[in-house]
Amino acid sequence: MEQVRLTTRDYSLFYGEFRALNRISLSIPANRITAFIGPSGCGKSTLLRSFNRMNELIPGVRTEGTVLLDEGDIFREDVVNLRKRVGMVFQRPNPFPKTIYDNVTYGPRVHGMKNRSKLAAIAEESLTRAALWDEVKDQLHKSAMALSGGQQQRLCIARAIAVSPEVILMDEPASALDPVATIKIEELMNSLKEKYTIVIVTHNMQQAARVSDFTAFLLTDENRAGNMVEFGPTNRIFTSPSDRRTEDYITGRFG
Amino acid sequence: MRKLVQNAAFTVFWMAGLGAVLIMLSVVGYVVFKGFADITPEFFTTSPRGGLSGEGGIQSTIITTVYLVVLTLLVATPLGVGAGIYLVEYADQARSGFMKRITSAARFGVETLAGVPSIIFGLFGYALFVTALKLGFSLASAALAGSCLIIPVIIRTTEEALKAVPDSYREGSLALGASRWETIWKVILPSAFPGITTGIVLGAGRIVSETAIFFVTLGGSYRTPTSLLASGRSMALHVYYLAMETRAFDKAMATAAVLVVLVILMNLSINMISRRITRDTR
Amino acid sequence: MPHGRSTVKNRVENTMKTVLMISALSSVAIVFLIGFFTLKESIPAFRGIGPLNMLTEKVWRPGQDSYGILAMIAGSGLVTLGSVLIGVPLALGCAVFLAEVAPKWMAEIVRPSVELLAGIPSVVYGLFGMVVLVPLVRGIEVPGNTGFGLLSASVVLAVMILPTIASVAESALRSVPRSYYNGSLALGATRWETIWRVNIPAARSGILSAVVLGLGRALGETIAMIMVIGNSVIMPKALTGNPLSIFLSRARTLTGNIAVEISYATGVHESALFATGVVLFLLIMIVNTSARGLLKASIEGGRRK
Repeated sequence: MEQVRLTTRDYSLFYGEFRALNRISLSIPANRITAFIGPSGCGKSTLLRSFNRMNELIPGVRTEGTVLLDEGDIFREDVVNLRKRVGMVFQRPNPFPKTIYDNVTYGPRVHGMKNRSKLAAIAEESLTRAALWDEVKDQLHKSAMALSGGQQQRLCIARAIAVSPEVILMDEPASALDPVATIKIEELMNSLKEKYTIVIVTHNMQQAARVSDFTAFLLTDENRAGNMVEFGPTNRIFTSPSDRRTEDYITGRFG
Repeated sequence: MRKLVQNAAFTVFWMAGLGAVLIMLSVVGYVVFKGFADITPEFFTTSPRGGLSGEGGIQSTIITTVYLVVLTLLVATPLGVGAGIYLVEYADQARSGFMKRITSAARFGVETLAGVPSIIFGLFGYALFVTALKLGFSLASAALAGSCLIIPVIIRTTEEALKAVPDSYREGSLALGASRWETIWKVILPSAFPGITTGIVLGAGRIVSETAIFFVTLGGSYRTPTSLLASGRSMALHVYYLAMETRAFDKAMATAAVLVVLVILMNLSINMISRRITRDTR
Repeated sequence: MPHGRSTVKNRVENTMKTVLMISALSSVAIVFLIGFFTLKESIPAFRGIGPLNMLTEKVWRPGQDSYGILAMIAGSGLVTLGSVLIGVPLALGCAVFLAEVAPKWMAEIVRPSVELLAGIPSVVYGLFGMVVLVPLVRGIEVPGNTGFGLLSASVVLAVMILPTIASVAESALRSVPRSYYNGSLALGATRWETIWRVNIPAARSGILSAVVLGLGRALGETIAMIMVIGNSVIMPKALTGNPLSIFLSRARTLTGNIAVEISYATGVHESALFATGVVLFLLIMIVNTSARGLLKASIEGGRRK
């Protein structure tokens, strides 16, 4: 039995009257990589953004059901604290127009750390974990905007790591990158799961099969609401799915 | 035949375009050349002597203009930038009807003020600051009335500058657990800074050029003001007094020339900043 | 203590939000204060003289308690008309030139020139008018012509509203989808036929709103008008048999009336000046609201297509 980090129970999300997610229940195991797959518009990104309550930035969003992080209700938790515990990496690399160092130490500083030597240590550790340290250690005080796309994305991962989260959410983290940079990010994810629980949204099924331990397949129903069709260990989902629709999607028959 | 019509039409448009350039050149050229013919270094270092023939330079009017610009910006910048931030960064997450009403009221205010002619600001400043609050014809009255003129200018440029900051910066910062305000202060404002600066320079330019408001709020003393409650004369107002009351057209033209050069420099700096912004975001 | 820190954070967040909200209200507070004070001060005049009397009475003679502003309404109206007649063709020509005709290098000369025209202080335009234009107009040999008057004022004002009209009309023309232009050219129309039959009609409400916005600016101009229009409180009338010679007449604008007299007026006289302000404000509000309506229509029209 796996230790569970994130749980949703009968979780639904509405944009005004429109139901975007329909009664989703799943348990995301700790220190594993879980992938959300499904055709575009199926709600996989919305589900991902539920775990750090980023959907609340959109006006008119309402939720039903429960989402737990280590047994604690995330909607009762202070949102700042929640986002400290649940980091996020976005589809397009989005470093701030600041130096590499200021990007990595942004989170700790915002959370009140002022000690310079501690900040420097965190920066080195996070960049090392994100496999970027060797490439940038001599240019920490140069602008992050000068890095390549792949480097920028690894910097964003380092930035997320720097606040020592328990979970890292990744929203199609490699879709804006070239194949070489993509491989690097995938290798990185593998090394990160020892310490963090990783949830990744991807439209690339090979990627899901390559990197993830568990896979959830989402699909819209006749009302265009996102439903979870199937959830389980990745190799089972990809070799012997129990639902017909999963099989159709995986073999490329639609979507 | 159709080609001929086209040529005729295009000639007309070329003439309109050239006409605009020609008008600009003749106004600016006339004022600058005529004006600078009379300018000596003493013109900047002596003050008007107050005689009917307009003797003396413009030192005190330069000082008054600087005071006026600084005071106005001190009032208008925090309010204008703050309002711009609220409208862009907080307004869309307004949930309650109360907050939505505040936002639309603020938008209505900005739109309305943009069309209000300056003499109305002057009239209002005269009624409220000069008379009701008993500040008299003074730097304080003029600066407060002037702020009302430029607050909408600063709000609008701030809004535009903030809207140009990519949303991914906001998401990135919020996802790290920063609050809205921390995000604004540490990430959004630094990125929007050049754009906001153009708004402030634009506002300063309006104050330097403005005459009608100050004609009815600043008084017209040619002496250097020694307190907030002292009357004074900005450069633009000095041009008016020299032309209309003293009929010292040479001195008026010289002062106008300085004013025009100042305005050109401000325009250039705004263009430089905006060019840098477009280059950076590309 | 992470929790203690987040409460501090929340407190800062809420304080800043309130502070920013209050500054956002500054704009509407100013509108409110302007409305309140101008109206309040104008009440004695409206009560004592009556709004209809003020609007229809030609004589403004504060010494004898005559407070008709019809002459000033005529002055403002005629000078605005004059400036529109002179300025609009030039401004729209400029707009079409910049949006459709000018090669890039030429646009890079014309556009900054127009921007600079917008930046020149009105007192400088007034001075230029006094020193250059007025003597020229004085050269027209008509008895009673001093050079100061509606013609000089209209020319000055035409130049002052040119940048507003040109830039708004240019962006209206630019917002017409390029596909219209290409489509028309592909059908064998010349560039000019396309501009005339496709682009200008498609942008017409935007262009119209540009003109109306220019009108609003013209009505509100003060200092330059005081300097060249002569400021006599008389109904403008033709100086000779030719009706056009009305433009050689001296006049006074609503704005000028306020500026020239406010600093020494007291009692009903002062109140009548605030009433002048109310009339001016209403006129400009009507003009600007219709311009905004037109602009919105043009944006929505652009979207629908």
